[in-house]
Amino acid sequence: MTLLSVAAVSISIGGKSICRDLDFELNQGQRWGVLGGNGVGKTTLLKYLAGLLPLAQGELQIHGKPLSAWKRKALAREVGVLFQDSQDTFPTTVMETALSGRHPYLPFWSFEGETEIAIASQALVDVAMADMEDRQIDTLSGGERRRLAIATLIVQNPRIWLLDEPTNHLDLHHQISLLELIIDKVTAAQGALLMVLHDVNLVSRFCTHAMLMVDAQTIICGPIHDVVTRQNLELLYRHPIRHIQGNGIRYFFPE
Amino acid sequence: MQGRTLLILCGLCLLSLVSILFALSIGSMEIGLQQVLGALFSEQQLLESKVVLELRLPRVIAGFMVGGMLALAGCLMQVLLRNPLAEPYVLGVSGGASVFALLVMMAGLTGFWINIGAFTGALISILLVFGLTRIGQSWNPMRVLLTGVVVAAGWSALISFLLAVSPATQIYSMLFWLMGDLGYARFSGFSLVVLLIGLGASLFMARSLNLLTYGDQQAAALGVPVNQLRYGIYFLASLLTATAVMQAGSIGFIGLIIPHLIRIVLGSDHRLLIPASVLTGGCLLVIADSLARTIIAPQQLPVGVLTAIIGVPVFLALFQMIAIKQKP
Repeated sequence: MTLLSVAAVSISIGGKSICRDLDFELNQGQRWGVLGGNGVGKTTLLKYLAGLLPLAQGELQIHGKPLSAWKRKALAREVGVLFQDSQDTFPTTVMETALSGRHPYLPFWSFEGETEIAIASQALVDVAMADMEDRQIDTLSGGERRRLAIATLIVQNPRIWLLDEPTNHLDLHHQISLLELIIDKVTAAQGALLMVLHDVNLVSRFCTHAMLMVDAQTIICGPIHDVVTRQNLELLYRHPIRHIQGNGIRYFFPE
Repeated sequence: MQGRTLLILCGLCLLSLVSILFALSIGSMEIGLQQVLGALFSEQQLLESKVVLELRLPRVIAGFMVGGMLALAGCLMQVLLRNPLAEPYVLGVSGGASVFALLVMMAGLTGFWINIGAFTGALISILLVFGLTRIGQSWNPMRVLLTGVVVAAGWSALISFLLAVSPATQIYSMLFWLMGDLGYARFSGFSLVVLLIGLGASLFMARSLNLLTYGDQQAAALGVPVNQLRYGIYFLASLLTATAVMQAGSIGFIGLIIPHLIRIVLGSDHRLLIPASVLTGGCLLVIADSLARTIIAPQQLPVGVLTAIIGVPVFLALFQMIAIKQKP
């Protein structure tokens, strides 16, 4: 089942072209990894896919319905985004932040009830932050903030999960355990996942498909084994790559 | 969470009532609590009743509403501009109001005409800033803030110019107006409607305002229509400020300090922050105005001076307490 599709989409921002005539489908059960050099437009593309920026050319459909036909709040029940950084201006607690993920499910005037608190508590347990519910978020470390942002997304529980460098600030153990956790949640929601990553080996370990953004004209999409190859990666990063095989997984390293 | 909110708000309502009764009883003529209550709830026609009902009550109620409007506008501006330093006057609303109010005074008009002038000036400033920030690109907080601050600086230069060319006999009343004064403030139905609409609409968007503090993108991703919300906040906050300035001139400090005070004590959830700020802002202004009337009686001080004299130490003390509590 197709959850998200784009047809003939061209995006340019600040005079720089990011993609031209991109066609792409995100189907249920798929996990896409987006790879590309710095400044190629991965984050921008992600924001367009999330419907946060208005498309000038082409069409984006979510569940077969064009983006413009969606109400913001209904859309937030279908599409969730993990941004690269989190901002905060005023003091707020870990629990309040996690609860914000329930916003799309509640009427405007309503308070969060026991159900919402139970969902948020469980998500904080999932990311191993159960004992930090009352902490102010400006006292958290970078990795803890990242885990809180992931918990908030778990609370939001969308079907389409768009993640921008989810492993930023995370230590080696949390990189693996949180990606496994996210994949469990996506599977449970019968959803799909698309994430921007810089680590080719995480992509080949966790993703079913990959999108290689070489430049605006050349965006290579397809199943992971066809797309993530030494030749393609060398083209993508303009750097010689070496690859080794182990446990049925291919690992890539820069020369 | 809901229970706590209600409990705190009931407490603040009680506090508001106490501060209003206090304000009604003190003044150049000492009137005891019993007589105040008598004046409010019985038919006796004593001199005390006349003073309470005709002189003090309209001013106290107007003061309470102005305090509430300023505190609410402060909350909204801080979220809108995502800047803890934002306050109701930061985008030039009061500057525009002041320039036009001074022009009216220079023309020799008084009373009601000054209010009309102030309100007109505020509206002109609101539309000017809105128009300037709409040209070209999308509405981002930094651009709005800078445009507003520059417009405010322009107004303030005009104010200095008007003061410099005004005759000495008028300067005193002009300065009094500029510092904020409730001397001519009377209960007005218009203010009540603006305050109630402002409060109702802000409470309706309270959870969206919470999300906006996490940034535009995050708020949008969680289902908040960010642009519409921004325009709504801007016009609501501006209207509240314009109405407050029209009634009482530029009373400083309440709009900056009350929202922070409430955040420190009660947290950042706008569902509590907004009504609590309105009530606390009302209380502070009513108490400050009572003192302004009495401290060096029979002479009166501009209430704007008193709000700062009370507000600054309370705020700094609280800030220090927080810092000490958080020390490892």
